[in-house]
Formats: sequence, structure tokens, C-alpha cells
Amino acid sequence: MDKKHAKGRFLTLLFSIISVLYVLPVVIILLNSFKKKAYISKTPFQLPTGKMFVGLENYTSGIEKTQFFSSLFWSVFITVGAVAVIILCTSMCAWYIIRSNSVFCRALYLLFVFSMIVPFQMVMFTLSKTADLLKLNTPWGIIIIYLGFGAGLAVFMFSGFVKGVPVEIEEAALIDGCSPIGTFFRIVLPILKPTCISVAILETMWIFNDYLLPYLVLDIRKYKTIPIAIQYLRGGYGSIDMGAMMAMLVLSIIPIIIFYLSLQKHIIKGVVAGAVKG
Amino acid sequence: MNRTLRKYFPLFLMPTFIAFLIGFVVPFALGLYLSFCKFTTVSDAIPIGIRNYTQIFSDATFIHSLWYTALFTIAAVVSINVIAFTIALLLTRQIRGTNIFRTVFFMPNLIGGIVLGYIWQLIFNGILLYFDRTLTYSATYGFFGLLILLNWQQIGYMMIIYIAGIGNIPPDVIEAAKIDGATNRQILFRVTIPMVMPSVTISVFLTLTNSFKLFDQNLALTAGEPSSKSEMLALNIFNTFYGRTGAEGIGQAKAVIFFLIVAVIALLQLYLTRRKEVQA
Amino acid sequence: MQKTKRIVAYLLLLCTVSMLCVGCAKTDDSSSSGSTQARVYYLNFKPEQAEDWEQLAAKYTEQTGVEVSVVTAASDTYESTLKSEIAKTDAPTLFQVNGPVGLKSWKDYCYDLSGTSLYANLKSDDFALKGEGGEVLSIAYVIETYGIIYNKELLSRYIETDAAVISSAEEINNFDTLKAVAEDIQSKKDELDIEGAFTSAGMDSSSDWRFKTHLANLPVYYEYQDEGIDSSEAIKGTYLENYKNIWDLYINNSTVEPSLLSSKTGEDAASEFALGEAVFYQNGTWAYNDITGYEVDDEDIGILPIYIGVEGEEEQGLCTGSENYWCVNKNSSQEDIEATLQFLDWVITSEEGKTALSQDMGFVTPFSTFTDEYVADNPLLKAANDYIAQGKKPVAWTFTTMPSEQWKDGVGSALLEYAQGTGEWSAVEDAFVGGWAREYQAANGG
Repeated sequence: MDKKHAKGRFLTLLFSIISVLYVLPVVIILLNSFKKKAYISKTPFQLPTGKMFVGLENYTSGIEKTQFFSSLFWSVFITVGAVAVIILCTSMCAWYIIRSNSVFCRALYLLFVFSMIVPFQMVMFTLSKTADLLKLNTPWGIIIIYLGFGAGLAVFMFSGFVKGVPVEIEEAALIDGCSPIGTFFRIVLPILKPTCISVAILETMWIFNDYLLPYLVLDIRKYKTIPIAIQYLRGGYGSIDMGAMMAMLVLSIIPIIIFYLSLQKHIIKGVVAGAVKG
Repeated sequence: MNRTLRKYFPLFLMPTFIAFLIGFVVPFALGLYLSFCKFTTVSDAIPIGIRNYTQIFSDATFIHSLWYTALFTIAAVVSINVIAFTIALLLTRQIRGTNIFRTVFFMPNLIGGIVLGYIWQLIFNGILLYFDRTLTYSATYGFFGLLILLNWQQIGYMMIIYIAGIGNIPPDVIEAAKIDGATNRQILFRVTIPMVMPSVTISVFLTLTNSFKLFDQNLALTAGEPSSKSEMLALNIFNTFYGRTGAEGIGQAKAVIFFLIVAVIALLQLYLTRRKEVQA
Repeated sequence: MQKTKRIVAYLLLLCTVSMLCVGCAKTDDSSSSGSTQARVYYLNFKPEQAEDWEQLAAKYTEQTGVEVSVVTAASDTYESTLKSEIAKTDAPTLFQVNGPVGLKSWKDYCYDLSGTSLYANLKSDDFALKGEGGEVLSIAYVIETYGIIYNKELLSRYIETDAAVISSAEEINNFDTLKAVAEDIQSKKDELDIEGAFTSAGMDSSSDWRFKTHLANLPVYYEYQDEGIDSSEAIKGTYLENYKNIWDLYINNSTVEPSLLSSKTGEDAASEFALGEAVFYQNGTWAYNDITGYEVDDEDIGILPIYIGVEGEEEQGLCTGSENYWCVNKNSSQEDIEATLQFLDWVITSEEGKTALSQDMGFVTPFSTFTDEYVADNPLLKAANDYIAQGKKPVAWTFTTMPSEQWKDGVGSALLEYAQGTGEWSAVEDAFVGGWAREYQAANGG
């Protein structure tokens, strides 16, 4: 028994060390964000002390250069909007496909599954052309693009779950005079709640961090998402302002960490559920 | 039920269907068609047969990035899954602090590829500075840099999947094996691993497609430097497409090839591991 | 049940909100496109002046109400950004090409500028790029000069050391002297309290154009001189040995080890010079804003021609030319073209525009509207004018005739690999000579 305890304690210690190493990269970026820009690439592993310390100067210059808060707003807007629309539309779509089970629906389902394995590069040019033609180059329009390109995974996951829901309850509700809309929102959607969370988390992780799609589709003069703003810091200014870069990296991680720590349980559960369905 | 449902077709199916047409079906079909054309924009496309495809294979950068990507994918799939599985195995032994460790390991997975790339660029360049080298000194550094980055990002995710898989093994199966006198090693290889095969399938599938399609991390970490030697397929396609006027058709043809490779790998992998699952 | 209801309500709310947003967007959209509000969209190539352009654009919008947006994409991303942006409906109305070769890809997008005030105010046709029918496709807006910027104070400190190779800066008028001085400075760097003779020859994309393009200009220029041509479909590489010598000088007498060059940035080199850590810094007049205001006083900033060891180079001057040509997008709506031309007219004729271009951005422009009071306050420009006054022969910018961006990339990569020791000089020769023919073929062969 004692031996087992010792082993457990050793593992705890080992993992504590690994955990510290694991968060170290983020801590290093945080420390460098308070350093004068000329010192960052020369001495990245030293504490920002003495003449290296610049306070919040990197943050103010970075925010000004990238218009960070506008990027944050558009990133959150697009993510929340697209995820809400995806959940609502694809859950309805998946339910309809499974319950109607017509030839058309089965073919459509296969097409959705097929779309999951198509890499973005395959459609990058034609998709951005189509989006441009239809004037979907705004944060509102891009939601439709995300619904279209992200539908595959969501429909697939919802369908997998709907298949497991006994059809009898829905039929009983229909016989009681409930319309399909009522049936869906009162009975089916509540049952789908765990899948909704899984889909929401997976799609959020994708859309919030997506770079190439919004870069090619959005009107980048007006709307930059966070990844675009950070990449622009490098491409748009020739000489790289490392100070501003570090500060923007920190600022872009903060919302993610808040989001993660406050919804941690749901996120981990959602990922597991999503993966098992896949 | 069917008949009443059919009336609601526009409400339930239409929004997703239309968006799917705009966001996937039309661009995909158009992309396929354009790969057989010479074009600078959609309206001026002239069909030229398979000339784009024949030109691809005389493009040394494409062949290089193909091998580079393949090698990287193998290395990433193996390392991520082995490490994630090991951690999952240790964390399910009811040691103190499991929840905190899980939280920490999963965290990098939520950070976007562009941000990750710049974080690690600073760290690697800082370390290599002690050896008078930089990350873009040679493609080998870029390779291992990207490998460490991807491990850091994805181990947590795969670990969660493995933990769930291990948790689903009924305890009495392991008890029974122990009573039968099985050693720890035998339990691991004969009981635990076969029982978590569904998790393996998923994790391998996810790491495989993720690392094969890698773009953001590659762009931010090395941008293909030096001499496009650390350029992976997705970035190579992007650079072909947007780097030179007149090469759009070749870029699109490369994308089709890329898509075919991904599709074949995905199907093959699902087929192989599904078969293993059945056997187990 | 309570819980599920709440979730449904929450989802519906989100949905309504997003629908409303879509609705708003639509009305918003129609109002802006319906009233045919003309707009200007400038895709800028020069990152050093990105913020100045944004301020100038804001000033114009304030005065006239015409919306002007400026997006900047630096050297290595300009072509790809222009390509993805020009495919959009709201494409740039004003963009740049880097010279005759760049124009080749974009000539179908260029509006004929011959009837515009921009062209009317141009001092000479040398600064315009014309199409086959004589139409004015593109107009240069800034004339720039580069060479080896040096720190006069550090150089005179060196001259005072024992057994200094020279007794005054004027003696550096050929490659051999430059080499002797640089190597002697490098060996005395501790005594002089500096990091090296030359700033780091960084090969990050923010700096590599200084060598794969600007430095490569010299061997190309001298070959053109020998042959009596001004462009070529196949370069011979007569002066490649000189190119190697100057590159060796840069990398072996520098502030950093050659193995670190791959990720050294333009900012690194500028700050090394600005902090007085190096004596020589190859760059041009545009770099003034990056190096002024730190440790080096303005009167201590000088500039030397780049000597590569060609016969008679004692009479050689600085490299002067332009790789910044404006083009107006012909495919924009008529209103937008008008608005863009009006904006450009304002930029080169109004008080604000002229001040911004000459003082804030430090440009020397080829427009007659920039009279003497609009001369930039830049010691590098003064030095450049002095060379011309002394009768030194300026070196033309021939790199606008380099066959493609890929050619420059190939040369740059080979230079870097050679510097790091991971490649041979023969790879540079192949990229330079063989690459020229290959790229010319690819760009023109069809």
C-alpha cells in the first residue's frame, strides 16, 4: 500500500513539473510583452527588469496599430453569430434528413459527410469569388459561408444523435396535434442539448481561430478578425514591432483563457461527446 | 409522419441547404472545373485539358512539400498519440490533481494557429540563439519546431479522448485479467489497448487530417523559409495560387490533388482501424 | 423542463439577434451602394509610411467627405494581397507596381492616366510607364536613393586609432579601400566600442530585399552598361564575382554571426545603426525615419556609394530610381476612378498633401508642384544631391527589369544558404544566371 502511495506522489510531482513547463511558453510571452522591443528577440528568457521594462507601452502601441478591440469585437460577433446559426439550422436539417429518409435526403447526407474531408485550399479561390459575388464579404455575410462550409461536421454529429432518439415520442406529439415545428423545439431540441454543446464548442474553436477564410472573404479594410490583425502586424509593417506583437499575442489569449476556465467542464465533456460520435 | 413533414421542407432544410450550396457545393464543383482551365478570374477561364496537372509534377517545390508533409504527418501522428495515450494512462490512476493537469494540458488547444506560431517562434529562436542558429536556418529546425508546436497544441485534446476511452473499460474486465494472473504489460497490450481502439481510431483520424492540412501554424512559424523548404502542402498551394500571375490553374490543380490525397488517406485509415476494432 | 425551456429561449434569442443583424446589414448595404458614394481604396506598398498615409487619408475624408481607405502590404505579401483584393468587388482603386516587369502582370487593370493632372504635373516622361499604344499606365511618385549609410562620428573615431587605413572618409572611393577599412574596423571593434563594421545583413523578408534586389542591382547595372542595353532576357553574370566579394564583406564583418542571418529583420539592422553599434548600413533615403532620433545625430549620418570593385568606380554615385509606381484600377466604377484621381490631385497639389509627402514621409517626388519649400529635411537626401553636384554618375535602378519576384526569392535563398554555410556560391550563380533565363521564360513564354 505504501509503495502505491509513493508512486502516486511521484506522478503528481512529475505532472506538476510538466504542467509548469506546459504553461511556460505563454508566461514567457507575457513577460516579454512588458519588455522594450529591442530586447525581446535578443534576450527572450530574461525578466523585464531595469531598463528593459516599458510598462504598458507595447500594449498601447499594439492596440493602436491593430485596432485590437475592433478585431476582438468582430471575432466574437462572427463566432457567436455563426455558431448560433449553425446549431439552429443544422440541427433542424439533420432531424429532417433522418426523419424524412427520402432518397434526396440520403444523398444530401452523404454529400455533407463528404464535405468534411475536403481541405479548404480546394475551394479557397472559388469560395471567396462566390462570397464576393453575393456580397457576403461582411461579418453578417460570412456567417452564411460558415454555415455552408461548417455544415458537414454539424449535420453529421446531429444526425448521429437523432438516430438514437426513439421516434415514438415525436409521433405521439404529432398525433396530439403538435406541429413539426412545435415537436422539434419542444421535444427534439431539448434532447439534443448535449450534442448542441459539443457542436458549439468544436465550431467555436474553429471559427474563432480561423485565419484564411475570413482573410480571403472579408472586406479587410473594415473588418479584421484577431488572427488577421496579428498577421497584418507582420505583413503590413515590414519591420516587425516585436513589442506590439507580444502584447497582441497576450491580449488574444486572454479571452480564450477566460472562456475556457469558465466553461471548462462543458468544453471537455463536449469534446469527448463530439469525438465519440465521430 | 412523412407527409406532414414534407410540407415543412423549406423551413427545416432550406437554410442549411442554400448555405451549403454557396459555401461548399458550388465552389467545389467550380474548383474542379477550373483545375482544367487557364484563368485569372472565374469569368475568363479557358479549358486547357490536363496541362495544369502535367505541370505540377515538374514543380520541384510541390514534390518537396509533398514529402515534407507526409513525413511530418507520420511523425506528428505517432508522437502525439503515443504521448497523449501515455499521459491518459497515468492520469486515470487516480492521482492527486488529475483535474488540474487535464485543464492545463487541454488549454493550448484553444489557441489559434497564427498565435501559436508566433509564440513558439520567439521561444525557438531564443533557444537556438545560444547555438548561434535560428529557426529558419534549415528546414530540419522548422520541421522539429512545428512538430513540438503541434504536440503542444494537440496532446491535450487527444488525451481527453483517451481518458474517456479508458474510463469506458469495465473495471471487472481488468480485475478478471488480474485474477487470471496477467502481468501489467499483458493487461496493457491485451486488454486496455484493444478496448480503447475506438478512441485510437478517432484520435489518429483527427491528428492525421489536422497535420496533413496544417496551414496557419506553418505560415506563422516559418512561412516556408528557408527557400520554401519548410513549406507544407497547404501553404505551397496558397503560394502557387496567390504568388504568381498565370499560375492560378496550377494552384487549383494542386488543390485537387491535395484533396484526393486527403480523401484517400481518410478512407483508408477509417477502413483499416474499423476492421481492427471488429477483430478486437 | 424549466432548464430546457431556458435553453430554447436562449437559442431563439440568439437567432433573432443574428437575423436582425443580417437585416440591418442589408439595409445598411443598400443605402451605401444605392447612393453611389464614391470611394478610394489605396493598397500601399511602402510599410515605412503606412501610418502617414492613413493620417493623410483621414484628413482628406474630413475635408471632402470622400471615404479613403489605405491598406498596406509589405514587399513579400504585396503581390498576393493585391491578387486576392483585386478579385473582390470592392477592389483597390489605386495600387502599385514596381516597374516595367511588375506592370506586365497588371497592365490590363491600368487606367490611362494621360489626361490627368498627375501626368500633367510630372516633370519628365522618364517617370511614367507607357503601354504599346503610348497610353500612360503608371506613374512614379517617389524617387529614392540608396547606398551605404555610415556613421560619421564612429568613422572619425576609427580614423584616430593607430594605423588606421585612411585619414578621411573621402578616401573610401573604391571597393578595396572599403574592404580594408571595414576589416580593420571589425578587428578593432572592442576598442571602438561597437558590435561590428556592418549592421546585420538580415535575410528575413523584412530585410532580404536589401541584398537580393538592391545589392543585386549593381552587377546587373554594370553588365547592362557593358552590353549597352537596358533590359535582358538572359543575364550573363559578368560581375557575379564582385557581387560575391561585397556580400562576403557584409557577412564577415558584421554585428552577428552569419548563421543568425535568416531571422534578422529590417528593424534589427536599423536599430543596430541607430544605437551606434555598427558603422555601415546598406539602405536608402527612406530609412531616415527609422534611424533618426536615437544615438546618432543627424549631422553624423552620411552615405557612400556601394563599391563592388568595378574599374572606374571612383566616379560612381549612389543608386537612384523608383520602384513605386501608381496605377489606377480601370475596372473600378467611373465614380471611384474620378474620386481616386481627385484624391491624387489633392495629394500632389494641396498644402497638406505636399507637406505630408515631403516632410512626414520624406519623399522626393517627380512632380513639378513640389517647389523648393517642399524639400524633405533629410540628411541622406542632401548627401545624395551633393554627389550629383560633384558630378558622380548615379547608378540606375535596373532591378525593375528583374524577371520576376521568384527570381529575387531564388537569389535571396541562395545568398542566405551561402552565408550560413549550408550552400555553395555556385547555387547563387545558378539562381542568378540560370534562374533569370528560367523565370524570363516562365513570365513571358506563356
